[in-house]
Amino acid sequence: MSGGEDALPRFRRGVRFRFDEIRQQWTLLAPEKLFLPDETGTEILKLVDGERSAGAIIDDLAARFDAPRDVIATDVLATLDDLAARGALTL
Amino acid sequence: MGLIVELTHRCPLQCAYCSNPLALVPRSDELDTETLCRVLDEAAALGVLQVHFSGGEPMARTDLAALVAHANRRGIYTNIITSGVLLDRQRMEALLAAGIDHIQLSFQDSEAQRADDFGHYRGAHARKLAAAELIREAGLPLTANFVVHRANLDRLPAMMALGEALGAERMEIAHVQYYGWALANRASLLPSADQLAEATRLVEEARQRLRGRIAIDYVVPDYYAARPKACMGGWGQRFINLSPSGHALPCHAAETIPGMIFPSVREQTLRSIWEEAEAFARFRGTDWMPDPCRSCDRREIDWGGCRCQALALAGDAAATDPVCDRAPDRAGLLAALDDRAPAEDIRPRRYGARLEPA
Repeated sequence: MSGGEDALPRFRRGVRFRFDEIRQQWTLLAPEKLFLPDETGTEILKLVDGERSAGAIIDDLAARFDAPRDVIATDVLATLDDLAARGALTL
Repeated sequence: MGLIVELTHRCPLQCAYCSNPLALVPRSDELDTETLCRVLDEAAALGVLQVHFSGGEPMARTDLAALVAHANRRGIYTNIITSGVLLDRQRMEALLAAGIDHIQLSFQDSEAQRADDFGHYRGAHARKLAAAELIREAGLPLTANFVVHRANLDRLPAMMALGEALGAERMEIAHVQYYGWALANRASLLPSADQLAEATRLVEEARQRLRGRIAIDYVVPDYYAARPKACMGGWGQRFINLSPSGHALPCHAAETIPGMIFPSVREQTLRSIWEEAEAFARFRGTDWMPDPCRSCDRREIDWGGCRCQALALAGDAAATDPVCDRAPDRAGLLAALDDRAPAEDIRPRRYGARLEPA
């Protein structure tokens, strides 16, 4: 199920990625689960739209953040895989 | 932070493993729509992100869709935990229009006859299958919940196959937790250690096979565990459970604990209850803990286990959960493991039935 950079991540049915005004934090709400993504996770999830591939998400982040692309790629793919395994995303 | 709203104790089914209290709240004592909407407003302001409408059977309330719509307008993620027997096309459409996010549908068995017998409701299983179909057609995510116990564990593979065939996104394989009616029926429901080990192996196998497709949550009967569960994520830390009559509880079984006064949302706001109520502060954090919890390296992992279980098994809600093998008083737990009654002794959950806890 790990699709590498070609994977097309999208939120699964019933998953909502929302900004919580009270906590001033992005939240990922899923069936009977709640994820509070860290800063990196939040930046990744903001780019999940069912159209961008994992590779395109990595490119976008690499252009904006001061870190080598392969380091960002490792982070992004691990985060996406983890959220897929926990039922929040499909790849 | 989550809010569990037990809208009613009324339910068309009579499952013997129900965790509702033995003293069921009558319809005349249920909160009205207006009060519930105010509570949802207060919940949103308090930072509640998810609401779980439960029961009893939440669909026994005709205002369910209105409550879902209200929660949705406040930005709260909405979940319904239902038996599905009252879900029809018209109600599905109303819930969809209200913005329902997720439905958890429970099954009693993989076989219709056995499922109907257990719930004392002819045709229940067929209605549940139809409900699953309606949920899928609506494009909503589906969690198939299977409550397992000694009398149906033989069919665990068939239950998981059913969940897969229904196209569930998630499955919950939940061993009965021994509170309320389930506690009264424990001697007929508790699986053997061998049964539990086999179930755990089967679930693990299915998890591997379905990885990335269907997530499986597995809830064990912690009577066989060496360490207790972090009940409700810690008393008064992550959940408020609202009883049908409006009592705010740190967990759904908390009213079994003698000498505690639980505040009512009819009289107090959710915020004042959460921040000030003695009942929520009583077992919150680690200050209340006796030894060995107090000095245990796991005190902020399991938070001392479950207070209601400590009461049920050791006679003291402030004791270390007897499930823990470090607990000083495990006699009640060990006796429960040996206490066996035949399936014929199972007493269904009914209004008016007089039962003494086991």
